Amino acid sequence: MRSNPAEFEWAAPATLEEAVKVLAGDPDAWLPIAGGTDLMVQFAAGTLERRRFLNIWNLGELRRIDGFPGELQVGAGSTYTDLRENDIITREFPLLGRTASWTGGIANQNRGTLGGNVANASPAADSLPALMVYGADLILTSTRGDRRVRYEDFHTGYKRMNLAPDELIRTICLPRRFSGYISYARKIGTRKAQAIAKVCIAAVGRLAKDSTQLMLEDVRIAVGSVAPVPLRLRNAEQLLNRRPLDEARVELACKAAAAEIQPISDLRSTAKYRAQIVNNLVREFLDTLAARERER
Amino acid sequence: MMSHSLKSNLGEKIVGKPTPRKEGPGKVTGEARYIDDLSFPDMLYGATVRSQIARGMLKKITFRPDVPWSEFVVVSVPDIPGKNYIALIENDQPCLAEKVVNHPEEPILLLAHPDRYMLPNAVAAVSIEYEPLPALFSIEESERKSEIIWGQDNVFKSYQIEKGDVDAIWAKADYIVEGEYSTGAQEQLYIETQGVIATYDCEQGVTVWGSMQCPYYVHKALMVVCDLPEDKVRVVQTETGGAFGGKEEYPSMIAAHAALLARKSGRPVKIVYDRAEDMAATTKRHPSRTRHRTALTKDGKILGGEIEFVIDGGAYQTLSPVVLSRGTIHAGGPYHWPAVRIIAKALATNAPPHGAFRGFGAPQSLFAMERHMDRIARTVKVSPAEIRRRNFLKPGQTTITEQTISEPIDLEKLLDRALVLSDYESKKSRFRQQGKNGKRKGGLGIAAFLHGAGFTGSGERYLSSVVGIEGQPNGGVRVLVSSTEFGQGTNTVLCQIAAEALGLEYGDVAIAQPDTAQVPNSGPTVASRTAMVVGKLLESAALGLKQTLIRAGMLGEPYAAEEFRCACRAYMERYGELRSLARYEQPDGIHWDDQKYRGAAYAAFAWAVYVAEVSVDLTAYSVSVDDFVALQEVGRVINPVLARGQVLGGVAQGIGFALYEKVEWRHGRMQNSQMTNYIVPTSADVPPIRVYFEEIANQHGAFGAKGIGELPMDGPAPAIVNAVEDALGIPFNSIPLMPEEICEALTAAAGPPSAGHSFSGVR
Amino acid sequence: MKTSAQKREFSLNVNGVPRNIRAYPAERLLDVLRYLGLTGTKEGCGEGECGACSVLVDGRLVVSCLMPVAQAEGAKLLTIEGVTGNQRFRSLQETFAEGGGAQCGICTPGMILAGGHLLERNPAPTIEEIREALSGNLCRCTGYLQIFEAVAEAARRCAGT
Repeated sequence: MRSNPAEFEWAAPATLEEAVKVLAGDPDAWLPIAGGTDLMVQFAAGTLERRRFLNIWNLGELRRIDGFPGELQVGAGSTYTDLRENDIITREFPLLGRTASWTGGIANQNRGTLGGNVANASPAADSLPALMVYGADLILTSTRGDRRVRYEDFHTGYKRMNLAPDELIRTICLPRRFSGYISYARKIGTRKAQAIAKVCIAAVGRLAKDSTQLMLEDVRIAVGSVAPVPLRLRNAEQLLNRRPLDEARVELACKAAAAEIQPISDLRSTAKYRAQIVNNLVREFLDTLAARERER
Repeated sequence: MMSHSLKSNLGEKIVGKPTPRKEGPGKVTGEARYIDDLSFPDMLYGATVRSQIARGMLKKITFRPDVPWSEFVVVSVPDIPGKNYIALIENDQPCLAEKVVNHPEEPILLLAHPDRYMLPNAVAAVSIEYEPLPALFSIEESERKSEIIWGQDNVFKSYQIEKGDVDAIWAKADYIVEGEYSTGAQEQLYIETQGVIATYDCEQGVTVWGSMQCPYYVHKALMVVCDLPEDKVRVVQTETGGAFGGKEEYPSMIAAHAALLARKSGRPVKIVYDRAEDMAATTKRHPSRTRHRTALTKDGKILGGEIEFVIDGGAYQTLSPVVLSRGTIHAGGPYHWPAVRIIAKALATNAPPHGAFRGFGAPQSLFAMERHMDRIARTVKVSPAEIRRRNFLKPGQTTITEQTISEPIDLEKLLDRALVLSDYESKKSRFRQQGKNGKRKGGLGIAAFLHGAGFTGSGERYLSSVVGIEGQPNGGVRVLVSSTEFGQGTNTVLCQIAAEALGLEYGDVAIAQPDTAQVPNSGPTVASRTAMVVGKLLESAALGLKQTLIRAGMLGEPYAAEEFRCACRAYMERYGELRSLARYEQPDGIHWDDQKYRGAAYAAFAWAVYVAEVSVDLTAYSVSVDDFVALQEVGRVINPVLARGQVLGGVAQGIGFALYEKVEWRHGRMQNSQMTNYIVPTSADVPPIRVYFEEIANQHGAFGAKGIGELPMDGPAPAIVNAVEDALGIPFNSIPLMPEEICEALTAAAGPPSAGHSFSGVR
Repeated sequence: MKTSAQKREFSLNVNGVPRNIRAYPAERLLDVLRYLGLTGTKEGCGEGECGACSVLVDGRLVVSCLMPVAQAEGAKLLTIEGVTGNQRFRSLQETFAEGGGAQCGICTPGMILAGGHLLERNPAPTIEEIREALSGNLCRCTGYLQIFEAVAEAARRCAGT
């Protein structure tokens, strides 16, 4: 334990409204803490710069999952376990449930929150590619009111994000339009469980008959751990959408993906390996699409 | 070495049975007290200021003024009353660095404070100026001698073994096969970090409680550092949460530090490392490089060869000579070498000293041997099983140290059984049919190996261990040994042996907490020696106890357990104490020449054949171990549940050694000193490990036991890497074998970037 | 930025017993439990990787090294010292002790809590389900198989088969 807890203040607002008020009082000083699965690691390592914890764990407003006709609203304080246990998520957003099950062991899934994962802004975070392919929006809240932003535009650089110092992430909104999509996700870690991703991917797409042949539709691919932020592979998608799925297309898409990512070598892996894995996973996804189609 | 059939021993009531772990109830209820669970009145917490650089002169130490230093106890070199070294072999490792530092994380200063939360800031507030010196970070750099960092030539120790006329074999050879193999550092990663509590008192001297394997090593080190006589130093082992060799020598260091702080402050001092400090500062398995050059006949029989075995010892000698010795003696594997020359060296680098870790050099040299056997098999074009079969040691033949194999071990039969158990042939043909396509490729790998039990050569004679047993007021007995329990089953196995020897119930036997004030020195708990050597001594101490009762006329044979208990109680009432000691004596016919490194290296060898089945994921380039057969001959199995547990745990560590556990070094410092980044197998990563025993009784071990603890560490890595080669057709000769390297090899072979799996399209 | 916090009184419910303790709000639940003498909860890594400090908070498995004590106020905490009233846990304690599930014992309390957390939700788990449920608890001694067997055997005993 390399921090001195005597140096850390603690504010425990009873409501979200109070929480944003405390935050507004001295926005650069407070460190909102929910499940602590990331912040407490830094606390133990003695690397936290801010010394004021603002407790938002278990705030009722943040820990609810509401299904509306057009979208699912997931409170930012929902835990991975909450996601795994939610029927709508299991049915309509399977990638989110699956990636939640990869995040740490059961104990950490009971504490780690989706909003925390977004705010922590790790490029290796398991669930963020899923949020990206599902076209999630975020509702951010402060004493100045709420604003709604596209998740895809939220992370602007390594650990940088479109979040004002006085704002909290309130809700993650998922458009309910992905039933019937084929989905694919995979995490390549250092071992089978409890590992930080070397590369992770989430993808969805459809195949539709266009007069004579099968065409790819609304293919959406996002990858983690290969750029300073979770990355949507827009160029690769563009080459695939409204095109037939054949080897030449796959080749083109993989080339485009390779140009979009910016992998680095670090403690966990090499840039070369990460690039090759992205290539292989994009292929595996497209192969999965083809295989599902063949099953029909 | 005479052997006798096991059948004569099977009348045993307790030995060979799965008696429950002696200290199990405390462990499952949370009542067991480990060092960090103990707290003394007025206790201070200690911390260590460590070197930030790999090598350099210490210039200046300054204390940042924003820390209330008057509240702290600060210990530096002048506070050491005795000598400033940690007693081991060469005594070259300082307790605290004085003028120079030779590795990152080397201890320089010690701090203590009543509030443990105050320490990390204070440690960071001590700033040290260095004059850096050039440093060496690999075996190759140390060999080049661009800097001399230890002795005359950077060599901690070297050995040469010569058997037969090696120079004459090359002309006769049909094949000469060469190979180079290397293994990386491996962290023991016991889940309980290192820790001690020390007290100091002018009258009583120093007492240290702590997590450790070898209380008498710590005892010896404290006498030197604290300049105290034997009876003023007391060392008590507390419940120890895993060790694997990692708590063989390092506890002497942390104990000395706590003792110095306790001496200066006059208060009890606890030092418990956090995980990052433990990983960065304490010992790891020695990295190694082995080169083989082997002469063979056209049918693949070994004529002889040269083996060069080099290990990286880190900055101080510590245990490197002994690790090197064991690695050297195991370098030829379980094969018959008519002629062999082994040149072995332990070299200095500016990393923290590498040390004991389960297997102790043997996993390194056996990895090379068993990878090399597969290379030989490919060259000679016979199967991996067949090449081993043709070269196995047989009774009557001699090992590389010219020790005659006299026990009736039949390695061919052991291999055959392992092949049947692993369904080797049918799996092999299934993998062949898999062909080129598919997202995974399967493979099978074999490793055959041996592991010597007990100290090497004359080591047991020098140790001259003593074991005791004493009567208890309730009529039961208590085992008195310094041999420690750290999960492997010492308590249980020794109590079983004593109960069996005395005809008592398992519940009649207790074991004393290892406390140098209470128990004799039964030697360190290392080298797979406890069940065999200490157990055998305990057996004779127990027989001595029984004889005492018989001679006193209080017991006659045969007797029932209750009669023994009555006799014991009666004796204790009359004489106050009933106690028997036994001291190790070298058995006849065991000769070892320390100069020539020739003779009976070990009183017994355990033998094994392991078969790994792997699949390589061609999308992720990761290796998964899917099935594992571990077949071994370990002499008498004293406790089948515990013995199986030893093998399962050893195989899991071996899987980590082969595939996951990579220490990332930068300028001699471990970069990934967190569990998040140093990857050990989780419950999701272990295959079904199928464990089988054969038992040939060993006359030198208790009830025929041999050593078992280290053996299972030796075989998994080569078996797994052999299986990967079987799957991919690509030889990998360095571990840990990471997906990045497989990716590199496969994409180089297939051309970029569409390797991986091919797209099958929509039909 | 230099800040400081005062120790505060926290009311915890540990193993069914109300306990008041003075602590800094950010202190780890792990440390606070251990100050209370409940040293069966172990620290293995301090970063939520090894699971040795697992406890149940309102019935959910949590690593106590990553939970500030202030977040545990008002919750029902269960540590290894408090499990004996529950048959599932008792069975796990028996089967771990009998079958080799505990070697050095340092991961054992966490393993038993994780095992009990699983059996509570899934009284008859497959080996694969046991593997997943325990994958947040590292053991360096056993190679895990005797732990899986202990959990499976405890499940059988609880089911009375």
